Amino acid sequence: MSDDVVAPVETAAPATHEPPARDITDGGPEMVQFLDAEGRRIPQTEVNGPYADYLQDVDGEMLRSLYRDLVLVRRVDSEGHALQRQGELGLWPSLLGQEAAQVGAGRAMRTQDYAFPGYREHGVAWCKGVDPVNLLGMFRGVNHGGWDSNENNFHLYTIVIGNQMLHATGYAMGVQKDGLVGTGDADRDTAVMAFTGDGGTAQGDYNEALVFASVAHSPVVFFVQNNHWAISEPNDRQFIIPPYQRARGFGIPGVRVDGNDVLATLAVTRAALERARGGQGPTLIEAFTYRMGAHTTSDDPTKYRIAAEVDIWKKKDPIDRLRKHLEAEGLVEDGWFESIDAEADELAQRIRTACQQMPNPPHEDMFEKVYVDPHPLIERERAEFVAYQASFEED
Amino acid sequence: MSSALQKMTIAKALNAGMRAAMETDPKVVLLGEDIGKLGGVFRITEGLQKDFGEDRVLDTPLAESGIMGTAVGLALRGYRPVVEIQFDGFVYPAFDQIISQVAKMHYRSLGHLRLPMVIRIPYGGGIGAVEHHSESNEAYFAHTAGLRVVTCSSAEDAYWMIQQAIASDDPVVFYEPKRRYHERGEIELGEDAPHGLHDAVVRTPGTDVTLLAYGPMVKTAMIAAQAADTEGRSIEVVDLRSLSPLDVPTILESARKTGRVVVAHEAQTFLGMGAELAALVQHEAFYHLEAPVIRVGGYNIPYPPSRHEEVFLPDLDRILDAVDRSLAY
Repeated sequence: MSDDVVAPVETAAPATHEPPARDITDGGPEMVQFLDAEGRRIPQTEVNGPYADYLQDVDGEMLRSLYRDLVLVRRVDSEGHALQRQGELGLWPSLLGQEAAQVGAGRAMRTQDYAFPGYREHGVAWCKGVDPVNLLGMFRGVNHGGWDSNENNFHLYTIVIGNQMLHATGYAMGVQKDGLVGTGDADRDTAVMAFTGDGGTAQGDYNEALVFASVAHSPVVFFVQNNHWAISEPNDRQFIIPPYQRARGFGIPGVRVDGNDVLATLAVTRAALERARGGQGPTLIEAFTYRMGAHTTSDDPTKYRIAAEVDIWKKKDPIDRLRKHLEAEGLVEDGWFESIDAEADELAQRIRTACQQMPNPPHEDMFEKVYVDPHPLIERERAEFVAYQASFEED
Repeated sequence: MSSALQKMTIAKALNAGMRAAMETDPKVVLLGEDIGKLGGVFRITEGLQKDFGEDRVLDTPLAESGIMGTAVGLALRGYRPVVEIQFDGFVYPAFDQIISQVAKMHYRSLGHLRLPMVIRIPYGGGIGAVEHHSESNEAYFAHTAGLRVVTCSSAEDAYWMIQQAIASDDPVVFYEPKRRYHERGEIELGEDAPHGLHDAVVRTPGTDVTLLAYGPMVKTAMIAAQAADTEGRSIEVVDLRSLSPLDVPTILESARKTGRVVVAHEAQTFLGMGAELAALVQHEAFYHLEAPVIRVGGYNIPYPPSRHEEVFLPDLDRILDAVDRSLAY
């Protein structure tokens, strides 16, 4: 009988996450990389080989412009953070540490490609040409999104985690209906990118989007920035199988890329977008990266993660490694880095001034654009509100 | 199309209306579960995939949030998606997309973006269905700014209102009274729509009591009015047709005329449309009222097993009982 006694089930997950149960700083052998943490170009391997062609145009000028983007995007982010701390913004979600993932993806997109962000994609916004000042309005509370999505093909921040994955998929289905996939015309063929994080992969909408996109063979690239923390919850609270491996279950290719390596992210995203535009369907990219800061300015990561983990990721910094590469390859003149820093400071100053001068909208504007066509209840309440406000002026 | 009087069911009228909209505007696309070859579980889209192709009538994966979210994307790309939710009780997986995205997109984009979508929902009870197939959840959506909510009660309205909803640049939740799908009515094809999408219509003029109803309850209300008429009581039946926005002038005109208002709907009364209508009437027609506004609706329980539905749903007797109570004041 003793043989039949069932052994007590061991607890699968540790009760705490100190130290991490597995090495979350190592993306594993399947991760695509072109620049290591020291800025050295990694020789061609079986893993990165298929993507090498997508870096053929990367010369000194391109490397410098990528570096510039990384620095400016980080400066936009730090200014947003500072503006929140000084009371100019109500909230700021920092992208610190994720610059290469976003710039690599953003720079891989063509003008006609459409991006559907979550709310941390300030770097993608930058690459799509959205003025960073426009990102501030929603965090300042003067609007819910201060840009026209169709001007730069960069949708509004979506906030509700995962919703945008379906919007991107539907938009991509529309692109298919428009006949703008697989025509062979590089200026017309169009793809769509959907951005979310590791936490987003648990959402129903995320999984439904992968189902819809794979079934419809839509030209959409799902770009998961695995920054390892969904506010306070680590990866092992979100999934057992990592996102890039789960893609296979949906019938689409999945690839893990070093999200702190701008070249690898650029190459992998270019490849995925080319597939999508060419009519070969969706791809899932997992950018292996790290959220160096808090979830938002309202968060306190010291309550749930250890400093040692952050220190390890500091050594993988996306900007440092490209700078080392530029230096080692002798691709910059004396004073060039300083000139980029100065440009970043100018940009920050412009953002700061514009933010401080951003006017509060007149209150009656809150009744605007609820509907396209007039709605009697809104009209009536607006009129009542205006009359009520005016009653104080008369006194 | 030349003018011709045709008699058809609500189901066929919806089909004809969608067909007309698809012929008029190539950007109109239909999405839903089983709407292609099968024509939908109620056959409302019958034949449309055959005639317009799989590119315009999409059988989607079985995931309502997925349908709604991809419809948002299609609308952002310039299409006019018409989404079929298979049954009222299956809309909740899409609730987040409807409330958070569909309703708010125009507003949150400062007017830059539009979502000209129609969300069709067969609703209401009375067909002996199993759980989750008989609900009246219109108040959730009427409560949500950014959505328009309408419901048809006749073949003529079905035909015209679905076309008007599709032509609307705002998202419209379009409720279809499923137990009335096979009611027949006359439609003047080729003429202009007889009413605006958001007009309430007096179906039976009367002088003693105003009976506000919509969707499947309109027929019941009109039968009640006939029965009351034989007893010398004159009921004015107002078919609301639009739940957001409400046609306030038409409602108030009738309330002021009769001084007595009864509201009948299938939905549970607590915080239902009747609550809003009662508040509206008492506030705007206070000095005209001879009696408090009385609500007749579903009891405030989950929709019960169908063997109970004949007493759960307002019927002729319950409506006339409410009319009697109103007249007793």
